[in-house]
Amino acid sequence: MSETSAWVILIAAIFTNNILLTNFLGMCSFIACSGQIKTSLGLGTAVIFVMIMTTIINYVIYHFVLVPFNLGHLQFIVFIAVIAAFVQLVEMFIERFSPKLYFALGIFLPLITVNCAILGASLFMIIRNYSFMQSVGFGLGAGIGWALAIVLLAGLRQKMRYSHVPKCFEGVAIAMIVTGVLAMTFMGFAGMVSIQ
Amino acid sequence: MADKQLACAACQPTGICGGKGLLTLKDGAWANNPLAIQVLGICSALAVTNRLENSLVMGAALIFVCVGSNLIVSLLRKHTPHRIRMIAEVAIIATFVILFDQFLKAFYWDMSKQLGPYVGLIITNCIVMGRAEAFALQNPPVLSMVDGLANGIGYAVVLAIIGFFRELLGTGEILGYKIPVFSEWYTPNQLMILAPGAFFALGIVIAIFNAIKGPAPEENK
Repeated sequence: MSETSAWVILIAAIFTNNILLTNFLGMCSFIACSGQIKTSLGLGTAVIFVMIMTTIINYVIYHFVLVPFNLGHLQFIVFIAVIAAFVQLVEMFIERFSPKLYFALGIFLPLITVNCAILGASLFMIIRNYSFMQSVGFGLGAGIGWALAIVLLAGLRQKMRYSHVPKCFEGVAIAMIVTGVLAMTFMGFAGMVSIQ
Repeated sequence: MADKQLACAACQPTGICGGKGLLTLKDGAWANNPLAIQVLGICSALAVTNRLENSLVMGAALIFVCVGSNLIVSLLRKHTPHRIRMIAEVAIIATFVILFDQFLKAFYWDMSKQLGPYVGLIITNCIVMGRAEAFALQNPPVLSMVDGLANGIGYAVVLAIIGFFRELLGTGEILGYKIPVFSEWYTPNQLMILAPGAFFALGIVIAIFNAIKGPAPEENK
C-alpha cells in the first residue's frame, strides 16, 4: 500500500474510494447544501482547497511535531485547530474577493470546520500511513471526489422538483435514497484501482 | 418508549432539573430525534452501522461525549466570552473524544481498529456541537446533562435499529451469531453492508419517522 503512487491514490480517492459515497464523510453539508448546482459548486471548490491545504499542514505537523515529541494522542485536537484556523482564513479571503459567493455560502462556510470530510481526510492519511506525496494526492482526490458527488446530487435534486415523491419521503429521505443509487453507480468503478 | 420509567424525583418542579427533566429527555430522544428528525450527525450513522456491535459502541461513545461536553460547556457558560465560544466548545468536545478513544485503544483494541477514524470524527459530529451550542449554553449543568443523555440515546437507538437491519439483511447474522432458521433460509444481500445499503436504510428510517410524525418538517432550499 505504501508503494502506491500518488496518481493512483488521486484517482482512487475520486472514484473507487469516494470519501462521501463510500466513507460517508461530509454528509451534513452534502444534504443541506445540494439544493442548487451553483451553491454546491462554490462549496465544492472551497472544500477541495481547504482539504488539500489542511492535509498538507496536518501531515507536516503530525510527522515533524507530534511524533518526535510522542504526542500522537493529541492529533484530534491539533488537527481540528488547524482546520478551524484555516477555514477562518479562507472565509476572510472569499469575503474580500467574492462577496457574492460569500453570501451564497452563508453559514456553510464556517461549517466546513465541522465538515467531517476534512478531518476525516487527515485521519485517514495518518491511519493509512501515507507518505507526503501520497497525502497530497489523497487530499486533492478526496476533495475533488466530494465536490463531484455534491454537484451530481444537486443536479439530480433540481430535476427531482418536478417529480411526484411520496409524501413521507419528501426532503431528506428521498435525497438519501438518491445518494444510495449514486453510491451504487460509483461502485461500478470498484474494480479499477483500490486503496485501503 | 422506555423514557417513562426514567422519571425520577429530581424531575419534580422543585427538583434539580426544575421540572423540565422529563420533557427534555423526551424531546431529545423522540420528538426532536437528532438523527431521524433533524438529520444531524449522519456521517457516522451511515459509516459504522454495517454491524450491530459497531453501532452499539458508537452509540455509547456519543452518549458519553454528549453528556460530558454538555456538562462542562454548561458549567463554563458564564465564563466563556461569546466570541470564542466555538473554539472552546470544540476543545471540550475533543477532550472527551480523546478520552473515549484512549479507553477503546486500551481495552478494546479490535473495536478501535474497526471503527477507525470514526471515533475521532465524533468531534465534528453536528449533534454534539449542536447541543452544546443550542442547549448547554443557556441551561444549568444538570439539565444540560439530561439533554445530552436524551440526544445521545435518541442517536444510539436509531443507530442500533439501522445496524440491526443492515447486519441482518447483509450477513444473515446478528452480533456475529447465526439465527436458527433465518440464517439457513436467507441468502445474504451484500449490498446492505456496503455503502448504498446504508443510504437506503437511513432514507427509509427517516421516511418512517416522517410518516409517523406527519409531513416532512423542512425542504427549504
